[in-house]
Amino acid sequence: MSGTHTLPKLPYAYDALEPYISAQIMELHHSKHHATYVANLNKAISSPKAANTQSLIHFNGGGHINHSIFWNNLTPPSSPDAGKDAAPALIQAIEREFSTFANFQAKFNAALLGIQGSGWGWLVLKQDGNLDIVTTKDQDIVTGGAIAIFGVDMWEHAYYLQYLNGKAAYVDNIWNIINWKYAEGRFTGDVEGEFKELKAML
Amino acid sequence: MSVATSARSMLARASRASSIRSLGSLTAVRTKYTLPDLPYDYGALEPHISGQIMEVHYTKHHQTYVNGINDAQEKFAAASNPAEKVALTSLIKFHGGGHVNHSLFWENLSPTSKDGGAPPSGALASAIDDTWGSLDNFKGKMNTALAGIQGSGWGWLVKDNTTGKLSIITMPNQDPVNTTQFTPLVGIDAWEHAYYLQYKNVKADYFKAIWNVINWKTAEKRFS
Repeated sequence: MSGTHTLPKLPYAYDALEPYISAQIMELHHSKHHATYVANLNKAISSPKAANTQSLIHFNGGGHINHSIFWNNLTPPSSPDAGKDAAPALIQAIEREFSTFANFQAKFNAALLGIQGSGWGWLVLKQDGNLDIVTTKDQDIVTGGAIAIFGVDMWEHAYYLQYLNGKAAYVDNIWNIINWKYAEGRFTGDVEGEFKELKAML
Repeated sequence: MSVATSARSMLARASRASSIRSLGSLTAVRTKYTLPDLPYDYGALEPHISGQIMEVHYTKHHQTYVNGINDAQEKFAAASNPAEKVALTSLIKFHGGGHVNHSLFWENLSPTSKDGGAPPSGALASAIDDTWGSLDNFKGKMNTALAGIQGSGWGWLVKDNTTGKLSIITMPNQDPVNTTQFTPLVGIDAWEHAYYLQYKNVKADYFKAIWNVINWKTAEKRFS
């Protein structure tokens, strides 16, 4: 049984992703939504005999893992990490898999906009070494031995205060703040140990 | 019953259940669904649901489901083989469900100056008391069910068509209530777009407040 999970610090200020994601969204998203997943995860772990414990751990644990990756795979637009130059190996692999970066981007956007309800879109590295685009519903995490390279939160709380129903604009804008350096690190490095104990509980 | 047929029959039910304008012949493949009239002004449910939420919810979200079901139906009709048709069933269920659910939702809300919040009477009131002890107890149970939805979805007070018994069910995303089994009496939208501009992450406050604008007269009509 793992110890108490904690809300990770955001690696930038709440307003650092403006104008693409407003400070108000970031503050609520991190200090309320993510914090609630962490609190409810800890609560579920500490009451293992409740009837719905497993479902609560799956949901809140997934929420904690997904948001933890998400914060890191975003970066202020002025950062050099927001440029694709920061991910030479990954970009090469994307172009090999999807012919062109523009083609990848179009497919990724279509996958995000096709989610029917709450969920996430991910670029993943599969066990066979190929890249793929997957979506996960609600707070389900990337599974099947695949590694999440970066993810985009498509819950309405991730964009609604700024974009309302215009989620296509949110999806277009998120490309300005993807942390390609972090994505490259996940693509070339070993992240299999990440949240290992928690993932085993989901 | 195929998914498409079932979606059509659910849409037919939704249109009968509400006083919206006729949707025309539902057997015609290219029938266009339309946004039903909202039976009150956008601001009429304030302070419990803001005018801005109502306007975006109705003119944007519901409209998108209407456009989506029309688009999916057109593609379904034009599909040249079963595989293509099967591939469209998910879109038909999602957008058709969204149209059905929202059409029912608008009708089971009402301003407090009209029927909103006035408790049910007659057979429905008795059935609620028999099932949950009191209306307040039922509301508490329904709010717990709503708060427990893990993602987007709806909570419903339903009547079992066979046994006549009441129960609370939740449905994920835009999945409509299975109307072969149940008659939906009161639906509450638990998608974040239904409350976020006003209540943000504090969805429990939205679930508490919405009972002030629930139209139990509509529920009674659906019950009988």
